[in-house]
Amino acid sequence: MNKVISGADQAISDIEDGAVILLGGFGLCGIPENCIAALVRKKVKNLTCISNNAGVDDFGIGLMLQQRQVKKMISSYVGENAEFERQLLSGELEVELIPQGTLATRCLAAGYGMPAIYTPAGVGTEVAAGKEVRTFNGKEFLMEMAFNADFAIVKAWKGDTQGNLIFRATSRNFNPLMAMAGKLTIAEVEELVPAGELDPDQIHTPGIYVHRIFQGSNYEKRIEQRTTRIR
Amino acid sequence: MGMTKEQIAQRIARELRDGYYVNLGIGIPTLVANYIPSGMSVVLQSENGLLGMGPFPFEGEEDADLINAGKQTITTVPGSVFFDSAMSFGMIRAGKVDLTVLGAMEVSQDGDIANWKIPGKMVKGMGGAMDLVASARNIIVAMMHTNPKGESKLLPACQLPLTGIRCVKRIVSDLAVLDVYDGVFHLLERAPGVSVDYIKERTAGVLVVQGEIPEIVF
Repeated sequence: MNKVISGADQAISDIEDGAVILLGGFGLCGIPENCIAALVRKKVKNLTCISNNAGVDDFGIGLMLQQRQVKKMISSYVGENAEFERQLLSGELEVELIPQGTLATRCLAAGYGMPAIYTPAGVGTEVAAGKEVRTFNGKEFLMEMAFNADFAIVKAWKGDTQGNLIFRATSRNFNPLMAMAGKLTIAEVEELVPAGELDPDQIHTPGIYVHRIFQGSNYEKRIEQRTTRIR
Repeated sequence: MGMTKEQIAQRIARELRDGYYVNLGIGIPTLVANYIPSGMSVVLQSENGLLGMGPFPFEGEEDADLINAGKQTITTVPGSVFFDSAMSFGMIRAGKVDLTVLGAMEVSQDGDIANWKIPGKMVKGMGGAMDLVASARNIIVAMMHTNPKGESKLLPACQLPLTGIRCVKRIVSDLAVLDVYDGVFHLLERAPGVSVDYIKERTAGVLVVQGEIPEIVF
């Protein structure tokens, strides 16, 4: 078994036009920068991207939007991106907005081998349109389906040659969930170590969920809202 | 006339209890963190995966991997813990979070809330708001009583697309503190210098006023 590959271009080499891709990250925190850059280079089109956010104009998924590579975004919040807004209003881009917890839990369900989940989020709102509603203990819940995505691309802090992953601080967010949910999961990591160097008790994502791993480079890790206090 | 945003936050902070786990939304709710009484232990939840959110970092100490749900750089406090987004909404859904404070564009007398979408304007998304309002055991809404045109935002029924139904328990507006139950608004407290009649005139939904309504003292 060899999961280690040379880099982002090799990692995404078989992602073709029309693919459905889960992309980890919250805002610009914990996004797979190297693979996004490789997807931009590869110029694949008509992608469906499932990601909590859509990046900003000149970073993250925003870079793919600039090249008109995205056909549909499935997200919980897509502000902070003028090009996104332009494409949406002109009808070039399709968007499906879903509650953030629903997004996370639909990933979880896929990774846990469960076809669907029930959540109260969206009951009585337009999110409920066309969905099965069931009552448990007097409270209404919507049935939401597990994601069925071709690829998941995630970013971790450390990983080993078995594909085991450790995330850092709030850059964990959707990454371990999407790693579980992809039919084929690609992980880019800041530091790749030989199997055995990570403490098994500290690993967040077992390598069984990860098919390809590489050590990324030149991480910008851009901060979206730099807020500080006076010393 | 009425309370400033800081005063609304200050009044909401009086609802905090020692040991509470609290989720504060963006805007006025965020300010509540500035008024946690000293000596009281309140753990702030950030739904992007953190319990124990601390203040903004000192300049030069920002960490791109450490942000809150508003994507602002933050810090941790002793006892903090990180987790993934599914667990984050899991603890919200399971009712482990004691109090959720969030903003609203409209609230109805049935406790429905609208705060994510204005038809005809660019829709940015609901983020975690629908999950929070559907699951939180106790929701306090921080809001302006009227819109800039002076029209009431406390309505018989919401006009805007809903975020959640029958979920708001209490409202702290710039004019008053109100509870929402039995399909009506109940006036509990008045902002300093604001009369009951003034509040009545600006509440489009049914407002129940029982007995003497105390004025909030800061």
